[in-house]
Amino acid sequence: MTETNGAPVLEVTGLRKEFGELVAVDDVSFRLPPGRSLAVVGESGSGKTTIARMIVGLERPTSGAITACGHDRSRPARSTRDRRRRGREVQIVFQDPYTSLDPRQNADDTLDEVLRLHHGWPANRRRARIAELTGLVGLDARQSRALPRALSGGQRQRVAIARALAAEPAVLILDEAVAALDVSIQAQVLNLLADIRDETHVSYILISHDLAVVRQLTHETIVLHRGTVVERGLTAHVLDNPEHPCTQRLRASVPRPGWKPRRHTLGTNPDLSG
Amino acid sequence: MNDPGRVQPAASTLSSGAAAPGAPLLEVAGLTVLLEVNQTKRAVLRDVSLTVRPGEAVGLVGESGSGKSMTARAIDRLLPRGAEVEGSIRFGGADVAALAGADLRRYRSQVAMIFQDPRAHTNPVRRVGDFVTEALRTSLGVNAAEARRRAVDMLTQVGIDDGARRLRQYPHEMSGGMLQRIMIAAALLTGPRLLLADEPTTALDVTTQAEVMAILDGLRREFGLAMLFITHDLELAAAICDRTVVLYAGQVVEVRASALLHTDPLHPYTAALAAARPDIAQTAHRLRAIPGRPLSAFEAPDGECAFAPRCAYASDICRTAVPAPVELDGGISRCARAHELRGHLQEAPGD
Repeated sequence: MTETNGAPVLEVTGLRKEFGELVAVDDVSFRLPPGRSLAVVGESGSGKTTIARMIVGLERPTSGAITACGHDRSRPARSTRDRRRRGREVQIVFQDPYTSLDPRQNADDTLDEVLRLHHGWPANRRRARIAELTGLVGLDARQSRALPRALSGGQRQRVAIARALAAEPAVLILDEAVAALDVSIQAQVLNLLADIRDETHVSYILISHDLAVVRQLTHETIVLHRGTVVERGLTAHVLDNPEHPCTQRLRASVPRPGWKPRRHTLGTNPDLSG
Repeated sequence: MNDPGRVQPAASTLSSGAAAPGAPLLEVAGLTVLLEVNQTKRAVLRDVSLTVRPGEAVGLVGESGSGKSMTARAIDRLLPRGAEVEGSIRFGGADVAALAGADLRRYRSQVAMIFQDPRAHTNPVRRVGDFVTEALRTSLGVNAAEARRRAVDMLTQVGIDDGARRLRQYPHEMSGGMLQRIMIAAALLTGPRLLLADEPTTALDVTTQAEVMAILDGLRREFGLAMLFITHDLELAAAICDRTVVLYAGQVVEVRASALLHTDPLHPYTAALAAARPDIAQTAHRLRAIPGRPLSAFEAPDGECAFAPRCAYASDICRTAVPAPVELDGGISRCARAHELRGHLQEAPGD
């Protein structure tokens, strides 16, 4: 896109996904350089999460190519080794921290398993790294030994972020990962994500409908509508001068002082016509 | 605009004639609620007072555990069994706690609730029409054909033109935005005087949220309904409510005209909450996060301000007693330093 320092860590070209008759994602392309962050925005059903699921390998693209760190990942992994390598390339944090953790595993054990599988380190090195990771996401000793059910939503989301980071991925996909957090916790997690990016040069793909969060965390933005990219550019530019009607409508829907919510005629919004 | 089948109680404690002009429609005074959890009594609300005047929209804002949904449940008489309640809730002058039988049913038809997740509040194996017309048929004794006719009318009001077909559908055949419109129509059908909306748009995306808010706000004004709008979103509350009540750890910490909430807050928590939100117009070098996490009411210490451990302005006086609410510039602040801090809360702490 606008700035490229070296080869992209992730490149998506002509990505398409059909579910029966429905085309969920249609000819989507983008490049993500190392240490940069890309926002994917759009209304419900615009294809944001389907793109994320194809990148991590939970859905198989109908056509198109996905390349991470120089390796193709548009087809299923052939071996365990291949699958683990992919896990070190791309990780994802989902929206709901209540369903994405193993209910029988505390944070320390969760991280230990990831470190063992991906890096094969001895116990003392794993212990040191677990302490680093839990410290990085702000979990104290009690919390990192507690089962998920004893943690709040914000704490679980930090465990999920630490788990994703434990694999030391080149790309971290945040699928509405801060949407469910309380405002005061959300600010802590956003600051944390910015710190981690500065320290590790991880690249983020942020899927969000919260445009203020998009502004805070990302450099570039693509706007999706019915599976296709309708606008792209630097985040600041897209939000300040939205050109496509879909982007303009997203921008106008953000509550602010003096905001008057407007009614659209039924049918203009695919979510409401369904 | 025809009246949406507004039914007034004939002779009961719920007479519609409010006591005096300008008297509150809803008055919550000193509400304290204790729930029993693992054989110990835990406070979920502590001395909550708020009023909603006829036709007024009041926002109730707070983070997890602040007690905002519990306040709504107390108002709707839906508290869990065994709840210990002090203080009073009055609606149109009547004591809500004393209502029973037909009076309680009438009260519930006058205070309509709209919930966050419409799917969780519909029966997946029943047609939408059964749900929409249920209150009309059971509480108000309207026959099925008439109830259906009124429902189709009301669906038109919320922007659904093929209401008759929609009423025959099942919840899974509809999107979240569509179902929430139907919930709003159902809530308005019994002719309520107060809407209790508990995070009605949190599960929707921003454009659908704008649509649903436009419908809710428009119909509320058209029918002259009061609304208590419960949300975690300070910006949304400020945008659509006349006044906003901010809760922290089960206590009201600020009451303020919504227009002044962002520019001139009275309590450090409100100021900190607004400052912690990222700004759509610019990227902050760092967000001004509030340290620690929000406390639930039962975790709040006795004998000091519950927000003090996270507050940039806390001093010794904050740790000696629970601050009393102070009236200030037309609002209320539960801050021991409210007067001294007047006008300083908009600056970054330490500047």
